[in-house]
Amino acid sequence: MSLRNIAAVVFFTIIAIFLIVGALLTHPFGYPENADMDQYIIDNTQSETGADNGVTSVVFDYRGFDTLGEATVLFTAVAGVIMLFRRLNK
Amino acid sequence: MMGMSKIVKTIASIAFPLSMIYGLYVIAHGHLTPGGGFQGGAIVASACAMILVAFGSVWTMGKIKEKHLSVLESLGALGFIGLAFFGLIYGINIFFNNFLVNQNVIPIFNEIGKGLANINTAGVLPLMNFAVGLKVIAGLFAIVLVMAYATRLSEGK
Repeated sequence: MSLRNIAAVVFFTIIAIFLIVGALLTHPFGYPENADMDQYIIDNTQSETGADNGVTSVVFDYRGFDTLGEATVLFTAVAGVIMLFRRLNK
Repeated sequence: MMGMSKIVKTIASIAFPLSMIYGLYVIAHGHLTPGGGFQGGAIVASACAMILVAFGSVWTMGKIKEKHLSVLESLGALGFIGLAFFGLIYGINIFFNNFLVNQNVIPIFNEIGKGLANINTAGVLPLMNFAVGLKVIAGLFAIVLVMAYATRLSEGK
């Protein structure tokens, strides 16, 4: 067995141990650690934003900066593609 | 890319307004039902891509240029960020403030939606949905149109 194979086995074992231990140490499904904000949003989303759909009120009102970033990503992608094909479409 | 056969063109012509109406419905009811600007815009852009595949990119480029789509996309982006900046002027003066709800700027939009709500609830959220929907429609269709129009060179047309 060459030195390269031994190194591969050692690294594989270390990574496998880390992944298994990490999977066993996760907290149970459905109970996140930081849950202070979601009950507030469930209680107050209709009276504060007036929206019936809570997801839209989060996306466009509470987390508006995130949507602004998404829109900027889309704008940049479109500008890049149009610039890339500009010569071909003359 | 040339157009496809007459059967495909007829079926695409029938299916195009139906999918267009469905996508615009998803955009307009983004604050009431699941969906919103991004999702409805993707549906409408798919309908436009279906027309592009059926009728060919040369025919479609004769109808609408990508310059006009760029103008529409920029209008959507400006509307979105403009509505965000209006929150600095009215109400409690923060960025992305929902200035039409609970502050009585325009009385018809000052309505709280609960249960089966009306479409004039939620303040600036429907307007932002329209802006983002316009942006997604124009952006995705501009990408597909530009790429499809470039393939005519490899076909010797």
